[in-house]
This record gives sequence, C-alpha cells and structure tokens, in this order.
Amino acid sequence: MSSTTAERAAAPDTAPPSEPSYLTAENTVASWLLTKDHKRIALLFFVSITFFFFVGGAAATLMRLNLATPEGLLQPSVYNRMFTMHGIIMVWFFLIPSIPTTFGNFFVPLMIGARDLAFPRVNLGSWYVFNLSGAVVLYSLIMGGADTGWTFYTPLSTSYANGYVFAAAMAVFINGFSTIMTSLNFIVTIHRMRAPGMTWMRLPLFIWATYAVSVVMLTATPVLAMDTFLLAVERFIGVGVFDPNLGGDPILWQHMFWFYSHPAVYIMILPAMGVASEIIPCYARRPIFGYAGMTVALMAIAILSFFVWAHHMFVAGISIYAGVVFSLLTFFVAVPSAIKVFNWTVSLHKGRISFDAPMLYALGFVLLFTIGGITGLMLATLGVDVDVHDTYFVIAHFHYIMVGATVSAFFGALHYWWPKMTGRLYPEMWARFAAILTYVGFNLTFFPQFILGYLGMPRRWYTYPAEWQSWNLLSSAGASILAVAYVLPLLYLGWSLFWGRKAGANPWRATGLEWSTPSPPPTHNFERTPVVTAIPYCYDPEHDSFVTQEGARYAG
Amino acid sequence: MADAHAKPQHDYHLVDPSPWPAVGSVSAFILAVGLITWMHHSFAAAPYLFGVGAIGVLYTMLGWWRDVINEAEHLGFHTRVVQISHRYGMILFIASEVMFFVAWFWAYFSTALFPTDIHQVMRADFIGHVWPPKGIETFNPWHLPLLYTLILLTSGTTVTWAHHALLHDDRDGLKWGLVLTIALGVSFTCIQAYEYMHAPFHYAGHIYGATFFMATGFHGAHVIIGSIFLTVCLIRALAGQFSPKQHLGFEFAAWYWHFVDVVWLFLFACIYVWGSGASHAAGH
Repeated sequence: MSSTTAERAAAPDTAPPSEPSYLTAENTVASWLLTKDHKRIALLFFVSITFFFFVGGAAATLMRLNLATPEGLLQPSVYNRMFTMHGIIMVWFFLIPSIPTTFGNFFVPLMIGARDLAFPRVNLGSWYVFNLSGAVVLYSLIMGGADTGWTFYTPLSTSYANGYVFAAAMAVFINGFSTIMTSLNFIVTIHRMRAPGMTWMRLPLFIWATYAVSVVMLTATPVLAMDTFLLAVERFIGVGVFDPNLGGDPILWQHMFWFYSHPAVYIMILPAMGVASEIIPCYARRPIFGYAGMTVALMAIAILSFFVWAHHMFVAGISIYAGVVFSLLTFFVAVPSAIKVFNWTVSLHKGRISFDAPMLYALGFVLLFTIGGITGLMLATLGVDVDVHDTYFVIAHFHYIMVGATVSAFFGALHYWWPKMTGRLYPEMWARFAAILTYVGFNLTFFPQFILGYLGMPRRWYTYPAEWQSWNLLSSAGASILAVAYVLPLLYLGWSLFWGRKAGANPWRATGLEWSTPSPPPTHNFERTPVVTAIPYCYDPEHDSFVTQEGARYAG
Repeated sequence: MADAHAKPQHDYHLVDPSPWPAVGSVSAFILAVGLITWMHHSFAAAPYLFGVGAIGVLYTMLGWWRDVINEAEHLGFHTRVVQISHRYGMILFIASEVMFFVAWFWAYFSTALFPTDIHQVMRADFIGHVWPPKGIETFNPWHLPLLYTLILLTSGTTVTWAHHALLHDDRDGLKWGLVLTIALGVSFTCIQAYEYMHAPFHYAGHIYGATFFMATGFHGAHVIIGSIFLTVCLIRALAGQFSPKQHLGFEFAAWYWHFVDVVWLFLFACIYVWGSGASHAAGH
C-alpha cells in the first residue's frame, strides 16, 4: 500500500511555481559562496558535514579493521590517533552540526512561514567558520593528529601527549563559534519571524526541538571554548590551571569539558527527536500523541542536561555525595525522555502506518534510542558505572544514542525532506533496503560491544585477549554492513538528483507549512506570507484526510 | 532576487550577498594557522602569518560594521520588526558572553573555595591549604581596585546620561556623555595596565596568578572592545547619526558597557575582596 504514497499526493499540490526555485535562481559559483539564502547555506553545510562524516568514518573503519584480530593492524600510537580523530571529527564536525545546520537551516524558516533566518550573513559566516575549523582539524590530522582521545583529558593532553593537540583544541575552539552563531540565529528567528497565526503551541515539534537545542548550544558552548583555550595556554605557557604542582586541578578540565559535552549529547539527540516527531505522525496518519507534553519534555531535557555532567566522572575522584546527587539527577532525565518514547509509540496506535523509508528510519531511531537510553540508566547507577566505566559498555551505550539514534534520524530527515530540498523523489525500494541494512548493521556492530564491555574490555585499547575475538570480529563485520548502508543513500540519492521522478509540493500529504510551497521552494520561500490557523499534525485516519496548518482539508 | 528590495511585502530585511563571512573566515584561518605554527616553532615567519590573519579579521569587522551602519542609517532597512530581532540577537550574544565568564569564575572557585580538599593532596600542599595561597601577596582591594571600580561605575552613569540625552534629542549631552564614558573606560584600562605591571605575582606558574590574570584580563579585553564600540558611537554621533527613535548601535554599546560593569562587580567582589583574605576584607 505504501509504495503508492507518492501517487496519491496529487490533491494538495499548488499551481506550477511562477518564480524560479532557489536552486536555479542564479548559478554562478559566487552566487553559492556568497549566498545569504538559508536553503543554499543548508546545502553547503550538508556537503561539508558529509565530507567530515566520511573522514571520521574512515578512521572508524581503520579502528574496526585493527580490532578484528587481537594482533591488530595498526601501530598502537596510530590506533590512538585514529580513535581520537574519529571522536573529534564525528562529534564536532558531524553530529553536533548535523541536523541543525542542514535541516534546521533549511526548514526552520519554511516551517514557521518566514523568508529567511533573522541574520542571513551570520548564517553564512557560521558555515565559513565551520569550514575554517574543519581545515584546522584536517591540518592537525595531516601533521600527525592528536592522541589524547576526543575528551582531551588533562594532564595527558597538557603534559604528556605528543601529537598536534594544540591544533585539534584550536579547531574545537573555533568550531564553537560556528555553533553559537547558528544557535543565536535560530532562537531569534523562532521568536521573531513566525508567520501570522503561528503561535508557540502551533509550532511543529521539529521547531521546538531546534529551539531547545539552540538554547543549549548558546549557553554550553562558551564554557567549552574557554576550557579548550585554557588547555592551549596551559600546554604552551604552563599557567597552572590544570597542574596540581602549580596549584591547579586536572579534574577541573573534566568538569568544564562535561559541562559542555554532556549537554552536547542532547545537542545531538534533541533535533533527532524533532525529526522523529515530524515523520511518525505523517506516516502513521495520526496526530502526535501529547503535543504539549512533547514540548515540555523537550525543554525539560534541555534544562536538565545542564545538571548531570559529573556522571561522567564517578571514578575521577569526585566526592561520593556529588556522585549520588548526579546519579539521581541523571535518572530525572529519563522521565522526559521516556515521555517522548511513550508518545511516539502511542502515536502509532490505530494509525494507518505505511513503512516507507523515512518511517523505517524513524522507527529505527525510536528503538535504538530506547536501547541507548535504558543502558544509560544502567550507567547512571553509581555501582554499575564504577564496574563498567571506560569499557566497551559505555562505547556501545553512547553509540546507540549518537550513531544509532541520531544518524538514523538524520537519514530519516534526509529522505523525508529530500523531495522538498531537490524537487525529486528518491527510489523507495532502495531507500527501504538502506534503512533496514542500517538497522541490521548497526546492531551487529554495537550490540556485541555491550557484551564485550560487560566482560571487561576497556575502551581505547588497541589489543585484547584472544577469547574476545569472536565478539570483536562480529562487531567489525557489522561495521562493514553499516558502512555499505551509509554509502548506499549517497549513490541512489545522487542518482535521483538527475533521474528521480519529479516531486509535487506535498508528496507525503503532510501538514507543515514547508509543504505548501513548491518543491524545490523559490528563493524567498513563499509567494505570499502564509497564515496559520491550525495546529500541526492534523491527520485523520478515520476519514482518510488531513488538515494543513493553513487550515485546508485534503483527502489522503 | 533583486526585486526583494523593490517592493517588499513584509518588514524583514533580506540582506544582500556579502563578502565578509568569507573574507573574515579565511583571515581567521590564517590567524589560527599562524598561531599554531608559532606555538610549534614551525617556521620563522609564523608570527607574521598570525599578524596578517589578525589584520584581515579586523578589516572584516570594519567592513561588516560599516555595511550594517549604512543599511541602518542610509538605506532604511531597519524597520521596527528588524530592530526587535536585532535586540534579541544582542541579548543572546551577551548571554553567551556571560557563559564565557562563568568558565573563568569556575576555574577560579574550583581552587579558591576548596583549598583544603582532601582529594587534591598536591594542590593543597602547593597552596598551603589556604586561599589566597601561601606566599601570594594580593592587592589591597580598598586601594587602587576600589578607585577603578568607582571609575567603571561612574562610566555606567555617564553612558546612561548620554542615552537619556539622545532620547530627548539633546545632541550635546549625547556627545559629552559619550566622551566622558570613553575617557573613563580608557582610564580604567590604563590603571589596570599599571596594576598588571606592578603585580607581585606572574600569570604563569601559579594558580593564583593564572586565574587572576585570565579572569581580569578577559574582562579587560571586554573593556577595550566596549571602549571601541563607544568610540564608534561617538564618531557616528558627531556625524549627526542616531535619532531619538532609532539608535540601536548606541543602545547595544550601552548594554555591552553595562554588562562589562556588572561582570567587574563580580570580579571585584570575588577575586579582589573575598579572595584577598581576611586582613584586606576587614577594610584595613
């Protein structure tokens, strides 16, 4: 039934566009590199982060190849550099910017009925600053890379590490300004540029998620920036902030690092939650269950994320009382997270579900997020954490959240919004195949790591006892499947750019404002400013119809 | 695309393409590579590379700022709606700046509040289980620091004077208020430089000097930036710009200046007064 989704889309399409689309409006190199159009900047970001995704992925490939046998493949020092660069690139150059800078940039103005972001030049500046920091991280990589782990723990990073730690820390420092510029832009835009009638409680949940994540980005990133700045100064001048011999405190680095980097986990997951909240109602043809609860949960996660950082430091020598408090606070985060999982699940109840590719990715997101979240609760438990700290259990846990959940949602968003961004439909069967392959490959890669972690295999070791080889081999084999599943969309989406069927304005019969304008949209998004009269996700499975946010009812 | 300015049917400002993001980022990249190679002693010209990058960044600021002033003053793009957006933007920018200072205070209190922490044996031994650390001679807060605290607070009132003068279209009041504010800001910087030169501790090699110079130095940089911001406002005021109804550039400079003021009060209270130990805190 679902393969005919696109054909049934005819009804809500508007007349053929009178303006050229943003893709064809001007096509000189300068018109792209000096653009102030949020949609073009989104595509520029998409190209940049895709590049870094594959650089970080190459490092991961080498790591999994190395771990396929206990003897290994790489020099231990090279292995150290590989996991460090994998972490740095994947966290700051793919995961954190991934959904906000591409789909956030593209769809925040479209979904709220605006012409552009509030500060278009700052938006372009953000992309340039991102690439500049990317160039610095590549410089660090080419010169030999850093070998501290992505966490840059002191005193290893200040006193003992040999690599280009300074350059890597500078890259992270500069990258932070790109994040701050983007988040500031989103907050102002969402506050000030909503179309008439687009009240806060009519905002699509993706916008709420982007808003929540922007608040976290804006307030957490400066602390990391100063932390990496201090690291750089410490490394070269020896000021003493992190050196106990000079009255400093190496644990201070960890406090300030996790004060940013734990919220950063929510920076990665909140936009993914927003994406799932768009896709699931659309493909279940049901309103989202508990809209108000979803918005409160998003903001609650954003705020609570600032009060849990020391759960990364239970064995770092913090006081036991602090440990108990942070353990408890960490459990609190589970409440809004569970509300969200519950609401997505209930949204499926009595729906007319079609298992198209975006839906498969979104359901994969919910499942993997749930596994990652529940193992997170195990880790939040002080006693368990002391046992499995710095083992592959932790690695598996956060990859379930950051790769399983976030990257699934990223691909879900890419497929869901692909027709709007490019004006072309992707090949559905290939996309479903890729979605299922992602799910299989991912679990095969990371589930064995839970077991390895529980057996006691420490993270960041380049070798291991021979009896753990079967689990490691399984994980490496899974990684190769995952790699295929990640490359595959690049091929068929690239194909669809030229030979894919043309998409109408609203191929998925969705309710958001972004679907009321032609695909791909004209440079200034809307021919006339839309007027919003309805809440989002007015899908009615019983009468086989839906109401757009502009209040028009269509069959389908 | 071009017709966006011809007959806008909305109040938003859809800006024209601009070279500044690209130029600024390339300059910042040169600056960063210059700094890294300088620190690694990679080649002799590295400091010059750094300098070229820094000039590029400054040039970008100048050019970008000039464009915005031009759009506001002469092209009339800053409608009421756009002005409100800019206000939000400035508030959020200051909010992120507050978080930068949170990091400095964190670094400071991490040691200052817990000099006897039993988990930190080496640190406690080094600082002698007390704050300020043993062997550190701190500034008397009621001497020079009190003086320039008052200078900064006074500058907060003069900038408010200038603001009210502007609101009442009193151009002379605006100019003199700004001149006084800038003069007070510059004298703050001069006195701070004097204090730094006579500091009995060094920025490297000791936690006290490190946190002291990092926190007050970062603030001092903000005072200098704020002074430049106000100077730009003064030049614009002398050129006859700003109206009682529209003067965002001035307003933001004033907000920024007040923010710098408030941060200083925290620095003064935490580092100079509380952090100077019992003898000074009693007011001797």
